[in-house]
Amino acid sequence: MRTIWTTLVASALLSACAGSPPDEQAGAAVEDRKPGAVAPQTAQTNPVPPGQVARVDLTQGKPPAGYSILKDPKSILSKRSVYFELDSFSIKDEYKPLVEAHAKYLRENATAKMLIQGNTDDRGSREYNLALGQKRADAMKRMLILLGAKEDQVEAVSLGEEKPKAQGSTDEAFAENRRDDILYAGEY
Amino acid sequence: MLKRWFQLLSFAAAVFASAASAQLSIEITGGGANRVPIAIVPFAGEGAFQPGIVSIVRADLERSGLFRVIEPPPIVPAPTEASAVNFPEWRSRLADVVVLGSVAVLPDGRFEVRFRVFDVVKQAALGGVAYTLNRNQVRATAHRISDYIYEKLTGEKGVFSTRIAYVVKRGPRYELQIADADGAGEETALASLEPIISPAWSPDGRRLAYVSFEQKKPVVYVHSLQSGQRQVAANFKGSNSAPAWAPDGSRLAVALSREGGSQIYTVNADGSGVRRLMSSSGIDTEPVFSPDGQFIYFTSDRGGSPQIYRMPAAGGDAQRVTFEGTYNVSARVSPDGKSLAYISRNSGKFQVARLDLTSKQVQILTDSDKDESPSFSPNGRMILLATVLGGRGVLSAVSADGRVKQRLTISSGDVREPAWGPFIKE
Repeated sequence: MRTIWTTLVASALLSACAGSPPDEQAGAAVEDRKPGAVAPQTAQTNPVPPGQVARVDLTQGKPPAGYSILKDPKSILSKRSVYFELDSFSIKDEYKPLVEAHAKYLRENATAKMLIQGNTDDRGSREYNLALGQKRADAMKRMLILLGAKEDQVEAVSLGEEKPKAQGSTDEAFAENRRDDILYAGEY
Repeated sequence: MLKRWFQLLSFAAAVFASAASAQLSIEITGGGANRVPIAIVPFAGEGAFQPGIVSIVRADLERSGLFRVIEPPPIVPAPTEASAVNFPEWRSRLADVVVLGSVAVLPDGRFEVRFRVFDVVKQAALGGVAYTLNRNQVRATAHRISDYIYEKLTGEKGVFSTRIAYVVKRGPRYELQIADADGAGEETALASLEPIISPAWSPDGRRLAYVSFEQKKPVVYVHSLQSGQRQVAANFKGSNSAPAWAPDGSRLAVALSREGGSQIYTVNADGSGVRRLMSSSGIDTEPVFSPDGQFIYFTSDRGGSPQIYRMPAAGGDAQRVTFEGTYNVSARVSPDGKSLAYISRNSGKFQVARLDLTSKQVQILTDSDKDESPSFSPNGRMILLATVLGGRGVLSAVSADGRVKQRLTISSGDVREPAWGPFIKE
């Protein structure tokens, strides 16, 4: 459920397969390819004409498990949360590298889709907090689009105060909940 | 005479009552001293029902904060609505009002309950009614009797027969429940593992609009309570929230972020005909129609802090309505359109305030500090709200003048997001 499968991962895995030697099967004939030798024509080739390749999109539905750079703790792309000051909706400088990395990923993976969920602490009206969380999510979306992500790749929504990461009424809990979370298709 | 005396009472009615079987129990935490003493004699033949009709009526009236129920020692033979009333004797028992009645089994197996209300001071009958009921209509019939007595004595409609909606959170579960106004007879309309907020009753009391997060984002649904059928009313890109019904039930005002930011739109209940009402650079949310349908009140931070504004329901220029303080949100208009209840932050406390729209006077009604989601009773007497007590969400009610206060607690879990339903049409 929380695994990721994007086009990038798909192509990474495919190239990994192509690059590694296939398992030798017992009894397989060894073909001696001499330079200049012409391989015998054994069948009519019939390549698929351009524009007729059916697209299989594994980002839809339940994705298979596997390596993902988005989940690699060594990659900044595995960092998914941005925290805000009290009553603030601007992305702090310390998070700019994180947002830039995700923008680059979206640029390079045109089919990747992202959901940004804005969150707030639980003080005050639930609906007003929903609007405040939206403001935080919109701020991140705006920055991603300025950095080259496409409008239809990013959806900014708010969870308001409804899904707190930290419980309680301490300043630490409030700060933990003033947050944007990034999720990619297949993660929500 | 009695009627005028009631009108002179400076405290207001409270409307919750508890029954032993109710999961929500109600505690009056404030109330008037000058309650009218009323005796309701057990109805002859009501032993057919468990609990009896009279115990429910007594609880309704007692918890209203307007009446003190007197329980006379048993009278043999029990007087009924047809009996001659011994007014001097009731006077000596210190009752100002007496209710007598009886229950009979009809040939078709149903029941008929008859009762009469007497003014002991004037020594006169105030009126009476007969209702036919099935065995499963005992509670509903008792509440109708309470409404009848309440209206005869106060001159205004009672709300004992109305229903309330609220959300209960227990562990990871969220349940949208409907209960009688006294908290009894709760039924779950929707259970989910994702949050449910902002239930709003359709004017006909048959549907609820609400926000559910089951699609990992806020989406507005319209839910028909009897069939359980749910229809998406707003699921645009971004967040969809804060549904409010137009008084004619034709459309909803909602807050959408489809074009960035939270902005107010109207949409038909089936999701068609979305229309943006206004455009601002800040947050606009929590729309609510005035009862005449002419205006929409809403919350906006356009002035730098969240305040309540008003605009024509068809769109147009907004006027600021609240000026005191730096946080005024979640407006609800009283049924007569003359006042607003809303949440105001005062010295870090979130409390229910009421603004008289004519005099512009503001009154803080509660002394709790985490109040949310005020909701008027359909007769305008009481305001239902959510608050936090001992770390748990509870429902509370306060009279529109702040004098009667009640708390509704549930055995386990957090209760929040109350919404008081409309009058039941006869």
